[in-house]
Amino acid sequence: MSGMQLSRDELLNAYRTMRTIRVFEDRVSAEMASGDIPGNTHLYAGQEASAVGVCFNLTSTDSIASTHRGHGHCIAKGCDVDGMMAEIFGKDTGICRGKGGSMHIADLSKGMIGANGIVGGGPPLACGAALTAQILGRDDVAVCFSGDGAINQGTTAESMNLAQIWKLPVIFAVEDNGFGEATAKSFVVAGEITKRAEALGMAHAMVDGVDFFAVHDAAQEAIARARRGEGPTLLHIETPRYYGHFSGDPDNYRTAEEKAAMRLERDCLTVFRRRVLEAKLLNESDLDAVDAEVQELIDGAVKAARAAPQPGLETLTTDVYVRYV
Amino acid sequence: MSVKSYRQALNEALHQEMARDPHVIVIGEDIAGGAGASGQQDAWGGAFGVTKGLLGAFGPARVRDTPISESAFVGAAVGAAATGLRPVAEIMFVDFLGVCFDQIFNQAAKFRYMFGGKAVTPFVLRATFGAGTRSASQHSQALYPIFTHIPGLKVVIPSSPYDAKGLLTQAIRDNDPVIFLENKLLYDTVGEVPDGPYVIPFGEANILREGSDVTIIAFGRMVHIAMDAANALAKEGIDCTVIDPRTTSPLDEDTILESAEETGRVVIVDEANPRCGMAADVSSIIAEKAFGALKAPIMKVTAPHTPVPYAPNLEAAYLPDATRVAAAARAAFTYGK
Repeated sequence: MSGMQLSRDELLNAYRTMRTIRVFEDRVSAEMASGDIPGNTHLYAGQEASAVGVCFNLTSTDSIASTHRGHGHCIAKGCDVDGMMAEIFGKDTGICRGKGGSMHIADLSKGMIGANGIVGGGPPLACGAALTAQILGRDDVAVCFSGDGAINQGTTAESMNLAQIWKLPVIFAVEDNGFGEATAKSFVVAGEITKRAEALGMAHAMVDGVDFFAVHDAAQEAIARARRGEGPTLLHIETPRYYGHFSGDPDNYRTAEEKAAMRLERDCLTVFRRRVLEAKLLNESDLDAVDAEVQELIDGAVKAARAAPQPGLETLTTDVYVRYV
Repeated sequence: MSVKSYRQALNEALHQEMARDPHVIVIGEDIAGGAGASGQQDAWGGAFGVTKGLLGAFGPARVRDTPISESAFVGAAVGAAATGLRPVAEIMFVDFLGVCFDQIFNQAAKFRYMFGGKAVTPFVLRATFGAGTRSASQHSQALYPIFTHIPGLKVVIPSSPYDAKGLLTQAIRDNDPVIFLENKLLYDTVGEVPDGPYVIPFGEANILREGSDVTIIAFGRMVHIAMDAANALAKEGIDCTVIDPRTTSPLDEDTILESAEETGRVVIVDEANPRCGMAADVSSIIAEKAFGALKAPIMKVTAPHTPVPYAPNLEAAYLPDATRVAAAARAAFTYGK
């Protein structure tokens, strides 16, 4: 079923999740500037349609592996927004009790098997989650989100081959935002990304990552193929990255004009609104109500995170092992 | 109970645990061997024959020959462990961990901690280690100190067939990532091994011999060298205790310290290179916690700070042997007398 045939509630959910990611990331950016968030964050704003379009087709028993730019994937897979914000603030109420931070948010009970501080860390892990499903005879799938940067890691090449020879139910969702850190993709990626899948005999597709419906439909087909036991797919999802690589990145390797044009012309939320309004699937006031609701959710998350206690010092040495001595 | 080789003991543990728990799988290069070829299947049963017969007993879904892609299949085993299986991955030589170390020390080791105690990763990585096979620098290292250094990993180095089976069974049932290292020169050694399953808890040293003069602490195959030295020294009237910690993480500090306090003279035998190795680690623990009891400097018998050489005479000189261990024990015994 095409994304344009989703029910009114489903469409509102998709929009709400994308808006939640956008407001979450814009707010994290603002809070970073206040100096109260420790360390660093890599923001997902601009890429929302990719995470949401893919994860909309998943259930809680499906797995996703994510990246250092993982907040959007976490939200799209159902991680608790309050817990995520508290985690980023390094608080005891965080989803990882303040031990992981922005780059290590995970909730295995939701099938979110981890953001990852290592570029290319996720592909083998996603294959593992898919292997679990295959061996236990479940129809679960695993999605490996990675960036265009990770396409040059050996782990990606190895994992794509492994997935293809074993017909693993895994989808390689390569989010191409044009940059690996501060270096343009054109400078470091040889050839077409989809050709790397083609060389392995793997199904693949180019996807407009600004269009929720395009991502939804391509992911739906790939996920259905995986559930049928027909193996992996690579989705090359082209998407903008609104912020720099990390929160303090001056992003001076892109011109102001380029960045302004990107936000104006390639905004998945604007595109979504236009498409559902033109097709008369939702009306303006429905969408505005979601915007207000999301703003309140994020305000509440920040307020709660700021008020939450730091982790107790006794937790420094706990949870290294299930059981040691 | 019957006499079995170290290899058979490991094979029996794998068979019994795979039969006991359908979540246990084995995964690695040529662990069956012959896949996709026209001849014999299960042709190798692993490069050292440890996984022989598993393919026939449990089938290709649970006994997976892999491409030579250590990052992918070790990482897949880690991901499978985090999502409900109990994979046992095999790396032929511990040296090959160089191409997949990220999946071990950044991923498997850290899930539980960085995910706030919610991840369980029952993953076992088996690998061979050790010099003495004329295999030179990239197939002979003793890298257990590197894994011991990493919080979140457990590290096991069995020295006998009995320990091999009991410790591997424990490793497979354990809920944390375990690095299980087998010295290839031990595969054909034999000993009494119970036929049924049993576990040896981690962090419990084995005292092979008790004597009041010198404490010798040895790891892996070095335990046998230490015993040879201790038996020779007994004829000279020097009585040694020989301790095999069996696991370097967790480490049975109590047993080590108790003996060090009793004898006051300690020799540590470690096949690893000397810098930041187990000999250095254990001697620092003794120096810190049993300083007052020491009657002699702690003696370390290790490989030199060099890669493993190829030429037989150089490799023999590289490895600790009973003569060097006995000399160190004698020096410790006579120090200050």
